Amino acid sequence: MSKSFERFYNGVIKENPTFVLMLGMCPTLAVTTSVSNAIGMGLSTTAVLMFSNLIISAMRNIIPDRVRIPAFIVIVASLVTVVQLLMQGYTPEIYKSLGIYIPLIVVNCIILGRAESYASKNSPIPSFFDGLGMGIGFTLALSCIGFVRELLGGGTILKGVLPIDKYPNGIVAIPEAYRISIFVLAPGAFFVLALLSALQNYFKAPSATNTSKSSESGCGSCSACSGNTNVKEEIKEEIKNSGEDK
Amino acid sequence: MTGNFNVSSSPHVRDNSSTANIMKDVCIAMIPTLAFGCFQFGLSALIVVIGTVIACVLAEYLYEKLMKKPITIGDFSAVVTGLILALNMPPQIPVWMPILGGVFAIIVVKQLYGGLGQNFMNPALAARCFLLISFAGAMTNFSSVAMNYDSSSTATPLASLKAIGIENAMEKYNMLNIFLGRIPGTIGEVSTIALLIGALYLVVRKVISLRIPLVYIATVAVFVFIFGDHNPTTVLYHIISGGLIFGAFFMATDYVSSPVTKKGQIYFAIFIGILTGLFRLFGGNAEGVSYAIIIGNIVAPLIEKSTLPKAFGREAKKA
Repeated sequence: MSKSFERFYNGVIKENPTFVLMLGMCPTLAVTTSVSNAIGMGLSTTAVLMFSNLIISAMRNIIPDRVRIPAFIVIVASLVTVVQLLMQGYTPEIYKSLGIYIPLIVVNCIILGRAESYASKNSPIPSFFDGLGMGIGFTLALSCIGFVRELLGGGTILKGVLPIDKYPNGIVAIPEAYRISIFVLAPGAFFVLALLSALQNYFKAPSATNTSKSSESGCGSCSACSGNTNVKEEIKEEIKNSGEDK
Repeated sequence: MTGNFNVSSSPHVRDNSSTANIMKDVCIAMIPTLAFGCFQFGLSALIVVIGTVIACVLAEYLYEKLMKKPITIGDFSAVVTGLILALNMPPQIPVWMPILGGVFAIIVVKQLYGGLGQNFMNPALAARCFLLISFAGAMTNFSSVAMNYDSSSTATPLASLKAIGIENAMEKYNMLNIFLGRIPGTIGEVSTIALLIGALYLVVRKVISLRIPLVYIATVAVFVFIFGDHNPTTVLYHIISGGLIFGAFFMATDYVSSPVTKKGQIYFAIFIGILTGLFRLFGGNAEGVSYAIIIGNIVAPLIEKSTLPKAFGREAKKA
């Protein structure tokens, strides 16, 4: 149990997929216009992530190594289809506002990253909790970004999350004329993400630019998709060499 | 003697040009435009200008104070940023918007990237685009109570040109009025003559070279002539109305965000000229100078890299 809890803590805080690993930027920047969208996206990703980790981990010994990526994708895609149909049936509003980003969960690099770096090497139960932790961490991060963007850009707080009959527009905090609508557009997403990452750095919490203690199983150790320092050094070296040639 | 005998190797520069002096010259060059804007649009324009400049300087001071960096408000660069931003504002805008823009320009675009010399795009223009996206309504509302003539019309000459064609636009605002600046528009862009006086001062003082502005304006002219209605009047109309003159002389020539190589400056000017023409003729808005220049700013490092001159004595590398 302690290992499962460790995986959960790892996903939410230590290797938060958004703020620490900087993975899954596409949905992070695209759907965080409000908290309700962020929670919808976060929870659907969490559901997919938990079960994809569980299934992939259970099948890790029978999937041939050379075709593992297509095999992972097939598993993830099936789960996403299930989630998509469920959302279409039970939460049609969120389904509509998330649009194309639900099917795109298939190619969300958090899911493939966890499958590749954790689930395919570890037993099912820790993998399941790894997925849960990562998913909750993702949801929390998206909600933080969504909260700031919704407040500054749309002027409301928790619209669609609070009971609809009591607060049809959430809590209206900023009147119409004072809303800075750039925050609900793409540039605003970058501003808020950068601001929140800077705050994390300031408080010395783990973040993408402050990951000296990231554990070895993390995606941060694989140089393919993260800002691995060795790779950066190599690139710098190359640039230096090419400069000297001239 | 201060005891500072650090003699560097020759050549020794004997000139008292410094960042502060250059920036002061830019401020002086903007005085005619500023005076005309305040005369034309009245007190509200003056309030916008003062508010924006104070916001910029204060933002720079507070940021550097809090970050325990050397205070650089003495170099006037924040004043210039504030002035350019204010001159890009419509006169009736609620004053907190340009103040917010000034803080954005200084803190986000300039200081977070390391201060003067490190910003990758022109802070004032970035802030203008920030405000344009955020407050599209207020930023394009050019009705000014101080303009008692033609008060029913709020469309700028360029917007009229786009909407009703050259003949009708000429009837509404003739060339002389546009040249003098008796037209609606942002505080600084309206008066071509005042801008040209300022630009002349900058050129005489050798603060800017004519390379970027002339190539830029010429490119826009050629583009509009070829892809527009092949009418020289339209071309002239495009050049003297809107923000082209202001942008070409005061914003595209920004030392930090434009290329330093001679060839690079020409490519840069052609590039932003084509973009401006594209935006004006085929885009949704009537104006496109500021977007063109900041896109040019982003491309500037690439242009610089590809036009790096060969050091003397080194062979050109054969491909």
